[in-house]
Amino acid sequence: MRPPEPPGRLVRFTRAERSIHHATALLMLVCLLTAALLYLPPLSALVGRREMVKTVHVWCGFALPVPIVLGLLSRAFRADLRRLNRFVPADWQWLRRGDRRAVRDGRGILPVGKFNAGQKLNAAFMAGAILVMLGTGEIMTFPGPWGDRWRTGSTFVHDWLFLAVLAVTAGHLWEALRDREALTGMLTGRVDSGWAARHHASWADAARGSANAGGRPAVREANAQLDEAGAGAGEAAAGPPGTPGERGPEFAKRPPGTS
Amino acid sequence: MSEDERPEGSPVGRRVVLGMLGLGVAGVAVGASVQDRVSRTLAPVGPIGDVLPAAGGFRYYSVTSGVKRHSPATHRVTVSGLVDKPQSFGMADLAHFPQTVLDRDFQCVTGWRVPDVRWVGVALPDLLDAVGVSARARAVRFTSFDGLYTESLTLEQARRRDVLVATQMDGKPVTHDHGGPTRLYVAPMYGYKSLKWLGGIELTDRVRPGYWEGLGYDVDAWVGRSNGRGDAPT
Repeated sequence: MRPPEPPGRLVRFTRAERSIHHATALLMLVCLLTAALLYLPPLSALVGRREMVKTVHVWCGFALPVPIVLGLLSRAFRADLRRLNRFVPADWQWLRRGDRRAVRDGRGILPVGKFNAGQKLNAAFMAGAILVMLGTGEIMTFPGPWGDRWRTGSTFVHDWLFLAVLAVTAGHLWEALRDREALTGMLTGRVDSGWAARHHASWADAARGSANAGGRPAVREANAQLDEAGAGAGEAAAGPPGTPGERGPEFAKRPPGTS
Repeated sequence: MSEDERPEGSPVGRRVVLGMLGLGVAGVAVGASVQDRVSRTLAPVGPIGDVLPAAGGFRYYSVTSGVKRHSPATHRVTVSGLVDKPQSFGMADLAHFPQTVLDRDFQCVTGWRVPDVRWVGVALPDLLDAVGVSARARAVRFTSFDGLYTESLTLEQARRRDVLVATQMDGKPVTHDHGGPTRLYVAPMYGYKSLKWLGGIELTDRVRPGYWEGLGYDVDAWVGRSNGRGDAPT
């Protein structure tokens, strides 16, 4: 059993999840760096050693899916993959609304789950990009059986997707680096519960609820109790404007825009 | 950790992944012609080729970490081996030879192609005639002053009029990054045969495969007929 959490901190990522993230991130950064060295003429001219850089790039590229595949052994990681896959109505609202990050009474106004829609899209894009890069990279590395149109087509896709991956990775790092608590969450696995309520209201409620159910002294806020009552009512009503499976106070269950 | 989100909602993540896979396959299928169009469209934009994929430009390849610059004033190309009189040629000496002009593509074996590059230089057979090739010579070995890169041609290939010791590219002296002051340009073969930073030409009794051939590329690298490619010859 894990030692009890200090009050006010919630478990966000297990050790396995963090290892998968860090290994994938490291391999991805090496791939991007070596790609830049192979691809951008000013950098190539600076560093040269094409064969060595290419070898590093190819090995890291083929290793890139390995941590993710091994990670499927982790129950927590599989649960997070399910969360990342599914879009609930709150996610569409999150994408549409300008005030998606607004906070009221210490709580995000949208009942965002463990991952917001941006994080879900980032994860899906990266998964797709890794697969497409793997396929086209295979054709480029072992061109033997492929005709030259396939090889040129693979180079085309690999080149342009590189620019997209570069942009999305930069965006991901930008979002992470300007939120210290998000970084802490990925570094230590734990986050401040206030931060969780502001950014991932629905998840914060559930995580707090499960911590209390675990028999630890209940430091339950009035808010949290309200949430549980609200969740029951929401499920019973099962109205379309709700967010299935997301617990939240009443205002968060109203159709967004009316709150 | 409890389930804070039931697996409800639509599987958008999966759709994104599948959509990208579909786009990827479509891109591979049509990429060759799209890339061609992109290259031609972006070619006039100039330095954008430094950051956008093959936007009409060359890609820089070097096999070593750095190459010492040779000044055109002191740079020399040495011709040695199985010849009657070994000799080294400065840029001024090369300029005294008849100059051959070729408007031809530069075609890389990985697929990119820079169309209609104007090359000016001394046709290799003219240089070979100047030093007198021995009857025992069968092949030519080229060495780069980067210290590592080598190439080879059979004597018959080396006597083609479209094999140049190039000193100019697109109306200007060949720049250092493009292999200057002197580089080889073997028009009918893939780019790796066109050795950069040419410093030495040695007549030998047999073909000694070069740097890239040691890494699995064909020794006879005719465009359209080697390394499993079928490109239209330049």
